[in-house]
Amino acid sequence: MPDSAPSKTANLPGNHACALGAIAAGCRFYAGYPITPSSEIAERMSAELPRVDGVFIQMEDEIASMGAILGASMGGMKVMTATSGPGFSLKQENLGYAAGAEIPCVIANVMRGGPSTGLPTRPAQADIMQARWGTHGDHPIVVITPDSVPEIYAQTIRAFNLSEQLRVPVVMLYDEALGHLIEQVNLSDAGDIEIAERKWATDPKPEFLPYASGDDLIPEMVRPGDGFRTHTTGLTHAENGFPTQDPELVDRYMRRILDKLEIHSDLIESFEAIDTEDADYLVVAFGITARAARRAIKQARDQGIRVGMFRPITLWPFPVAAFESIIDGKRGVLVAEMNAGQLITEIERYRPAGCRIDGLNRIDGETITPRQILNSIQELAGHE
Amino acid sequence: MSEANKQFNIRDYLREYLFPHFLCPGCGHGIALRALLWAIDELDIDKDRLAFVSGIGCSGRLGNYIDANTFHVSHGRPLAFATGLKLARPDLEVIVITGDGDCLAIGGNHLIHACRRNLNITCMMLNNEVYGMTGGQVSPTTSSERYTTTTPYGNHEPVFDACALAEAAGAGMVGREITLQTPGLKDVLKQGLAHEGFSFIEVMSDCTEVFGRKNDLGNSAEMVLTQKASVRPDFLEDAVDQPFRPHQIKTGVLAKNDRPEYAESWRRHIAAMKRDRDHA
Repeated sequence: MPDSAPSKTANLPGNHACALGAIAAGCRFYAGYPITPSSEIAERMSAELPRVDGVFIQMEDEIASMGAILGASMGGMKVMTATSGPGFSLKQENLGYAAGAEIPCVIANVMRGGPSTGLPTRPAQADIMQARWGTHGDHPIVVITPDSVPEIYAQTIRAFNLSEQLRVPVVMLYDEALGHLIEQVNLSDAGDIEIAERKWATDPKPEFLPYASGDDLIPEMVRPGDGFRTHTTGLTHAENGFPTQDPELVDRYMRRILDKLEIHSDLIESFEAIDTEDADYLVVAFGITARAARRAIKQARDQGIRVGMFRPITLWPFPVAAFESIIDGKRGVLVAEMNAGQLITEIERYRPAGCRIDGLNRIDGETITPRQILNSIQELAGHE
Repeated sequence: MSEANKQFNIRDYLREYLFPHFLCPGCGHGIALRALLWAIDELDIDKDRLAFVSGIGCSGRLGNYIDANTFHVSHGRPLAFATGLKLARPDLEVIVITGDGDCLAIGGNHLIHACRRNLNITCMMLNNEVYGMTGGQVSPTTSSERYTTTTPYGNHEPVFDACALAEAAGAGMVGREITLQTPGLKDVLKQGLAHEGFSFIEVMSDCTEVFGRKNDLGNSAEMVLTQKASVRPDFLEDAVDQPFRPHQIKTGVLAKNDRPEYAESWRRHIAAMKRDRDHA
């Protein structure tokens, strides 16, 4: 076992930053299954967790690793797993259980090209709709898309905070290029981020209702052994935790688990806007693609095209209010993404009258270059 | 003889406010639940420390009725969930209640690896030979020639011997019993609960309403008497079979495997690593 604690500043690949962010957030249980290009997260966790009296286990498959983290989470630990496309598909079943039974957990999906086995060692951004809608039924979920290694570190801590506070699964979604990109991370930044804990129920009265909530819509969590003896189920349940088909109770449950994200949008929402105020045009990009876009908008500005960038950091729920105020009055929007056109369908929902929306899509396993984005900006601006 | 003096009252362990329960008349699952709670009572396990994890199907719904920490998880995954729960909380007595479909079909991989790891969990698998909850489809343990809603011409697939599988995969303890022998079932479950390691107990249950009816197997009493006629308890291991009535199904404690318990050996391993580091 390596014996040195990580120094305060470290050069790390994105996947290691994700693991260390998890440890800093208080994650003490990791269950995983090997899959390219996310395996370094499991490898780093397997080395780190025993040092902090945590538990690492490599399970028999992706489904089991997702199941195991939910068991550990209900036992009272902060938990995580990581995977990539094919594994993410397998995790959807228990991810839905986490959403429905409101079990805190963080899932990293390091995106590779697809469908199927696809391009295991190449980047893509093609799982963004799966991250939102991969598991069946209406369900709450938070998806975070960082664009640098330091941001992976900081946002992983934030992912745990959101998951614990809101009792919702949180997906850390970034691509293979970021997962393997090495950048400098200031690990002492973690000290500046407040670590959130789940809200524990403390008074085991017989009339306790495990799925009742106050105005915040977040029920308190119970720890087995504390005397509550409650029931947890993936079936639609009443406030007492037991299954129900009563339309009124079903409606109340469904609306609460969906509304809880809406009323806490100030906590969840996160985005970056660059030079958007005076801009005629807007580039929308996230993750690795935003890095190319940042350079491209600067080059376009040098050529006299007034263009800005909107980058969702929390991708889902999409930061609608912020984006609507930014897109307002724009003449054109370019959505650059490493898929065949997924985020653009969301952006088109907010299209102001007279605004042209173009897509720049790359699906060959390569990242989008600044030149490609610049060309598309020029085309968008020159069209009029 | 304190054990004999103590009166087991199943109501002490039930959430009676959820009654009437949803099991069909004649279903063996309730007897299995009784035997399990009886075993827990005799071992005097604190209800607050009890954690039941169940999957989907008729077996999965039993957890509802137990006054303990109960987790009704996704289909086939109770062993995966229980593995995480037990590793996070070694202080809990983690018991999995599963069925033949939940455990051997969709959850088969988890069973193999739970046996291999030998984490201290007790797994009670209720084998009623059928997917009862979904209306009576064929399962990996449906006897040959039996009719189900998906074997309208009779089942042609071989039967899974769950206990042989569990033993081969390394389970710490393996046992089997029929519901008619309730005290015997209680004793096997008690041994499973007391065993430090993964214990797998198969309960031969009966599905009268769906499976029995479809195959003209009679009422519940007739079904369990048929079961009784086909079992060979462990103390009769050396008895000679009568050719017209083979006793094929072995019951009792079928295997004990003295292997290191997973969490304990992990803790020892890590402690040794830390000692080495501190002395380096």
